[in-house]
Amino acid sequence: MHGTERFTAAVHQWLLGMFSPGAAHIAEMVLTGLAYLAFFAVAGLALVYLERRIAAFFQVRLGPNRVGPFGLLQTVADALKLVAKEPIGTKKADHFLYSLAPYFLIISSLMAISVIPMGAGFSAFDIDVGVFFLIAVSSVGVLGILIAGWGSYNKYSLIGALRSGAQMISYELSVGLSLLTMILLVGSLRFSDVVQAQSDYWLIFKGHIPAFIAFVIFIISGTAESNRTPFDLVEAESELGAGFHSEYSGIQFAFFFLSEFINMFIISAVAATVFLGGWMPFHIGDLEGFNHIMDYIPGPVWFFIKTGFIIFLMMWFRWTFPRLRIDQLMKLEWKYLLPLNLLNILLMAFFVWKGWYL
Amino acid sequence: MGYFSDIIHGFKTLLTGMKVTGKYFFNARKEIITQQYPDNRDTLTFPERFRGRVDMPHNENNEHRCTGCQACEIACPNGSIEIIWDRVLNPETGKKKKAIEKHIYHLSMCTMCNLCIVACPTDAIVMTHEFELAAYDRSDLTFVLNKPGSKLMAGVEE
Ligand code: SF4
Ligand code: SF4
Repeated sequence: MHGTERFTAAVHQWLLGMFSPGAAHIAEMVLTGLAYLAFFAVAGLALVYLERRIAAFFQVRLGPNRVGPFGLLQTVADALKLVAKEPIGTKKADHFLYSLAPYFLIISSLMAISVIPMGAGFSAFDIDVGVFFLIAVSSVGVLGILIAGWGSYNKYSLIGALRSGAQMISYELSVGLSLLTMILLVGSLRFSDVVQAQSDYWLIFKGHIPAFIAFVIFIISGTAESNRTPFDLVEAESELGAGFHSEYSGIQFAFFFLSEFINMFIISAVAATVFLGGWMPFHIGDLEGFNHIMDYIPGPVWFFIKTGFIIFLMMWFRWTFPRLRIDQLMKLEWKYLLPLNLLNILLMAFFVWKGWYL
Repeated sequence: MGYFSDIIHGFKTLLTGMKVTGKYFFNARKEIITQQYPDNRDTLTFPERFRGRVDMPHNENNEHRCTGCQACEIACPNGSIEIIWDRVLNPETGKKKKAIEKHIYHLSMCTMCNLCIVACPTDAIVMTHEFELAAYDRSDLTFVLNKPGSKLMAGVEE
């Protein structure tokens, strides 16, 4: 039994000791919800800080280093400032949609996070169509962006939102297909099965060539999904002001801002789970001693190390590559990624059929 | 086959870019180029070509190198420089010669573009490293660059 499983079981027992089974169940749900909300806020702020700091190092600067030790409290201060600010909207905005939009993004990201296992048995719910659910839910977020762009009655917002729609429709395909490639190897859409299948080798090593191609495609389209540079046409500061959230201020802006970073976390977490073994420690074949040492590092630590690695990779992209034009964006997806992806699935299917994997 | 070689070429160029930025990132600790300004106010270091406000250096005898040729005044795109000059009699040669009375420099209009420095044929003015230039009154932003009582350095004109 893993540490995280013991922890959840202990909490379960403790609640059962205090309440009746029904009430304990509700209490568990409330606790989980609160835990995820807290995680959402903390991870979002931490990622904003990391991004700024890492961006600074790429540009040989220092970055935020005044508030708190190493500037760690800078983003907290920024968030407090945003919360205290007056929300200023446009007069002709469709107020209902305008105020609704941020919640679409937040809720879809929260739902997406909830299926990702951060340790053994450590996800809010482990359904048997987990991967499918994740893809479905993460594309609800784009509705939020579209609504925000439409509702704020601003041409720049609308252009940004429509670009986001086009981008999402295209790249969603690549994300789905590259995940599907790995599912061929695992044979289950349930996230815990996906992780369990990697107890000997991580999937990226197991499926070698096609798995690696799928990994690269997933990283590219994942970056596009989370609207980060080089795919940030949705906001494109230099063209559209702030794109779809031009008209938002105060706490609503903070929601958009945070959810962007949480989306990056989700994409990285999915990449880490499906390709790099999630919370599974790094094992090399039959090297018992080495494998035992690796087992001592707890699952969540592995999970966050791998996720962090991919997040760093995405930040590296951001500070290296220039933004794509919208036609280049479409060309990249429909002429390159999609055909390659389909070929790759065939290749993987062939490998699985022949049993040519580790 | 152009299709696949395009893809490979694309990845190659992307990796080249990442190599460059990666090198900066992993060496960042050693060579941060920004300075923690208000903290190190006493030990600030300036790059050689730093452009602060324009000034006219004088030597110990209160002499400058400005002949009053007005090249800087013409070169300045913002009209930040005004030269007030007169013809003064040179006692040795008995000829009247152009000499500056006031070299007026309006910091409020200056963009630190360096054009006046380049234009000056006698290198009479320089860009200093002074950059804390805020003032409470606009009139404090107008400077007379030649010091009172100063005169032209001997031998500049030849
Ligand atoms: S630096 Fe440029 S703007 Fe300033 S005085 Fe010289 S020429 Fe004019
Ligand atoms: S500063 Fe130089 S360019 Fe300007 S008037 Fe004097 S000599 Fe001529």
